[in-house]
Amino acid sequence: MTLSYELPLLLLLLLTACAAVLVKDLISAVLILGSYSFFLALVWAWLGAPDVAFVEAVVGAGLATVFFLLTLLSTAPKDTHIRRHAPPKAAMLLLPLLAALLLYATSDLPRFGDPQSPASVHVSPHYLKNSLADTRTTNVVTAVLMDYRALDTLIETAVVFTAGIACWLLLRRDVK
Amino acid sequence: MNELIETALQRPNIVAFVVLLLVGLYITLTRHNLIKKLIGLYLVQTSVILFLVTVGAKSGATVPVLLDTASAVEQDAYVNPLPHVLTLTAIVVQVATLGVSLGLVSAIYRKYGSLDEDHILERTR
Repeated sequence: MTLSYELPLLLLLLLTACAAVLVKDLISAVLILGSYSFFLALVWAWLGAPDVAFVEAVVGAGLATVFFLLTLLSTAPKDTHIRRHAPPKAAMLLLPLLAALLLYATSDLPRFGDPQSPASVHVSPHYLKNSLADTRTTNVVTAVLMDYRALDTLIETAVVFTAGIACWLLLRRDVK
Repeated sequence: MNELIETALQRPNIVAFVVLLLVGLYITLTRHNLIKKLIGLYLVQTSVILFLVTVGAKSGATVPVLLDTASAVEQDAYVNPLPHVLTLTAIVVQVATLGVSLGLVSAIYRKYGSLDEDHILERTR
């Protein structure tokens, strides 16, 4: 956890995000979004979250890009919007306000990587200390996901199933 | 002002989170192409995940996989695993909702022949 490669990673993240929204060709935008997801996976690995990095690389960078590309290949792959509208006044007023508010609130958060931050001293030590005895799993993330919070994971699969049904209903060809 | 810059540099991830959230929100509000709007929405979702994982980071700690199973666990030796679990669920649900919204977008294209909001609104009149 050194600052030497953290800032270049975050800069690459911001760069790819801006490129993805600025590029006119939608297929290029989607591919740049895929590279953004891969940089995000690197950030997770640096923050000590390998499980999140795997899921981001497979589901975020892989599956989401494939969904985008499939949609674009069956529709219009160009952003044909020629006329430039002035952005809505409410957005120009409220977004800088939100930015100032969020950056002001930043100073109240605990320092980055503080072991005594409130999130790390409340219930998470309990899971770290007892998960091996309770579940016989050395990976604490797996233990919480599949044992302590197994019902959440079950309902998550129900959400994915519902999404699949919704996609099928939307995309079937023989609609009366 | 110096103080503000110093606090920001101590928390570079939070600044990246704020920038990504605002870029995503701005794109979702102002672009007229439906795919561009979805890209903005994706940025918003991933920025929130960045914030959650950043909260769980501890300096000098390793990944939450127990190295030594014989002795008692030092809580400062491993990063906080709970944000990771929450974000795993969030990423999967995010891609599921993205799939549904892309399905809606192709259904709209099949009915109105365009991905541009203005064209679609003209056709519906």
